[in-house]
Amino acid sequence: MHVPRFWREIPNRYNLIGTKCNHCNKVFFPPRAICPNCRRVGNLEPCKLEGKGKVLSFTVVHVAPQDFKDQVPYVLAIIELKEGPKLMAQVTDCDPDEVEIGAEVEITFRRIKEDSEEGIIHYGPKAKLLRSKPSEQT
Amino acid sequence: MRRVALVGVGQTKFGELWDTSFRQMIIEAGTRAIEDAGMEGEKIGAMYVGNMSAGQFIHQEHIASLIADHSGLAPIPCTRIEAACASGGLALREAMIAVGSGIHDIVVAAGIEKMTDVIAEQSLEALATVSDQEWEAFVGATFPALFALMARRHMHEFGTTEEQMALVAVKNHHNARLNAYAQHHIEITVDQVLQSPPICSPLKMLECASITDGAACVILAPLEEARKYTDTPIEIVGAGQASDTIALHDRQSLVNLRSTREAAKAAYQMAGLRPEDVDLAEVQDSTTISEIIAIEDLGFCKKGEGGKVTEDGMTAIDGALPINPSGGLKGKGHPIGATGISQAVEIALQLRGEAGKRQVKNAEIGLTHNIGGSGGTAVVHIFRRQD
Repeated sequence: MHVPRFWREIPNRYNLIGTKCNHCNKVFFPPRAICPNCRRVGNLEPCKLEGKGKVLSFTVVHVAPQDFKDQVPYVLAIIELKEGPKLMAQVTDCDPDEVEIGAEVEITFRRIKEDSEEGIIHYGPKAKLLRSKPSEQT
Repeated sequence: MRRVALVGVGQTKFGELWDTSFRQMIIEAGTRAIEDAGMEGEKIGAMYVGNMSAGQFIHQEHIASLIADHSGLAPIPCTRIEAACASGGLALREAMIAVGSGIHDIVVAAGIEKMTDVIAEQSLEALATVSDQEWEAFVGATFPALFALMARRHMHEFGTTEEQMALVAVKNHHNARLNAYAQHHIEITVDQVLQSPPICSPLKMLECASITDGAACVILAPLEEARKYTDTPIEIVGAGQASDTIALHDRQSLVNLRSTREAAKAAYQMAGLRPEDVDLAEVQDSTTISEIIAIEDLGFCKKGEGGKVTEDGMTAIDGALPINPSGGLKGKGHPIGATGISQAVEIALQLRGEAGKRQVKNAEIGLTHNIGGSGGTAVVHIFRRQD
């Protein structure tokens, strides 16, 4: 992959910045240029997301594309964030058996894949299970 | 709009066609359709060809010119249509609009994919490009993974079981045995499906459509002229197409496809028909859960009951509403761009009473359902025999 294609997504991927429509208050992640609800009267602004959410669905990937072969089996989930939007992310640092629908997670910043030994290393969001309730954490 | 009918259909065998090239395949399917219509090639005014990715699979773009050239039909206009797995369905729709509008009289709608000229790994990479590259494929999503996410959620919300999903594959393999054009001619059992290697849990190998070469072709004419070419015109009485978010995670629901529902609504409305009027359907079963979700969204059963009605036998060839008598994508094979056209070929054969051992009894109205990617595009057609 050529560097600019990865590089231009860095602000959103690294910092979990989506967009919020100031007309309907809906939050989008990944970011959108046009609010599908309000279109021309919509007004989208960058919106930093906290990164807390829960698992809506998940799958354990056993047959992976070339770039992810060394990671199988890995858990891929759709996470519903507290602010409303959903995103797809791997669930990391856990045994696949630990993941279940409804599990609370937080988004962390991780290595996603490498193009090759000389290629660029891609970073982005992955989800981590919150094993105890957030209120019990210090 | 003028009324439009299918007057000729043809397709290649689906499978690993190592001795047949892309251009040979499309010509074979086209020749069969023209012979079926008993028509001279000179009559054809335009062609629409569904193809997902000749660029990735055979490193050949500009296939519209290639096809017009090698079919001997240049200089007539030929247009390639791409919408992932819905490419064929969209080509049919554009052909119907071209005839309906009066711009052309006789129009070919074809579909083709040559997938086995690259190794399996490269085909999987090519297939993954139908998803959102920046936010799905980037984090490791594959095509089956998207349907696995829908399957898990469907199981969670409605209690759909892995056995019920397996039954979709068992049925479609059974039907494919009765179809000479099908890629797979082996019966499989629920146990074999459940014990096949995991691809993306809960989906297993025998629940996912295979990599397939194939081409299919139908010829459309104004209904008023159709009897020049056939005794049994198959009219396209309804057509609908709809779009949804390309990324699965952006959808409101993971257990239904808004694109299917909207496309079906438009098609039923145009036809003046309801789901209960349909005698048989060819629906997109790229994975087992896809068929279950499709029959729910098309209104053939209540939401959440797709697994149960499959278990009860409703969707078998001798059931109340046969689904995928051709073998579907799972049994017949899924040459991406050809699938939507091949579905129309099957419906035409069934409505003409020419489907042999897999013939559905008393079939007058048939439906095809073709989706692209995880449902970012859907297209539905309804066909009616005009005796």
